Amino acid sequence: MNILINGLITGILFGFFLQKGRVVRFDKQMGALRLMDMTIVKFMFSAILVGMVGVEILFSADIAKPAILPTNLGANIIGGLIFGVGWGFLGYCPGTSLGALGEGRTDAFWGMLGMLVGAALFAEIFPTISNTILTWGREGSITIPQILGINDWFVIIIFIIGGLGLFYWLEKKGL
Amino acid sequence: MVIILSAWISKQYFGSSTCFVRVTGYIEKYFSSEHLASLEYFSRFVPVVDWQMMMVLGILIGSFISSVTSGSFRMQAVPNMWAERFGTNPVKRGIVAFFSGIVLMFGARLAGGCPSGYGLGALVQLAVSGLVVLICFFAGGIIVAQILYGGFKGK
Repeated sequence: MNILINGLITGILFGFFLQKGRVVRFDKQMGALRLMDMTIVKFMFSAILVGMVGVEILFSADIAKPAILPTNLGANIIGGLIFGVGWGFLGYCPGTSLGALGEGRTDAFWGMLGMLVGAALFAEIFPTISNTILTWGREGSITIPQILGINDWFVIIIFIIGGLGLFYWLEKKGL
Repeated sequence: MVIILSAWISKQYFGSSTCFVRVTGYIEKYFSSEHLASLEYFSRFVPVVDWQMMMVLGILIGSFISSVTSGSFRMQAVPNMWAERFGTNPVKRGIVAFFSGIVLMFGARLAGGCPSGYGLGALVQLAVSGLVVLICFFAGGIIVAQILYGGFKGK
């Protein structure tokens, strides 16, 4: 199948479910960050848990190959926190901003323009930080089971138990 | 389920923010291809239309189809929760959205990805990076949200 058409179809399905799950809403995103409405957390966690099991099966059946984003602790942590600050103000992340625009939220458009500028700025300073921040805590493509030295499934089961516990706790609190 | 199918059929993992880099590359190419060629970053992420860009475009279309068919499509320039706290001025909201977009994407590129890439793409593969980054995303976001909207009121 043509890889581009394939990507488009995947995106349409993803966007469809994101909108159905109402997670593209500003109010839902901010609700999660204000710890008032955990729709997003539940949506994301269910997707991750189902995804973990499915992807692991594909790996063991040799149908899919891992493509693990490398761990660079310095960049991951600093970048993650900067992202979080921007997210707190914007209320959309890169993927959901498209979804939000799709359901008519025009403020997401301004956010996306800003993101393009942000990417351009990063490209400008990339040479200066590539030998500093980007080398801090460079660990390569490591996985949680690897550093703990245990089986993949064991970690997945812990995540599932943790996830179910979290859902139960959130339901009980009515979030 | 879509994540699994995507890994299975397209051999691709989720991610959104890299394509913003590619689009930026396109725009800069239009203005000054010499400057673009001088930037090392764009030699890593060559501006091309790829699987991910089509996927991100698909999100827009998918959300549009879903919202129109379910009647929840609504043109809105200022989100409700924002309006309650900061008023309904769409220019103010637009400016904040623009600048926060810059900060957000800068952070995403530094971290190496956004929630789709790390949360959905990396953590499903049990990557350490996915867990670390996701925790930082939420930590940063929660701190700002608590400051902006004032604590846990209305809980």
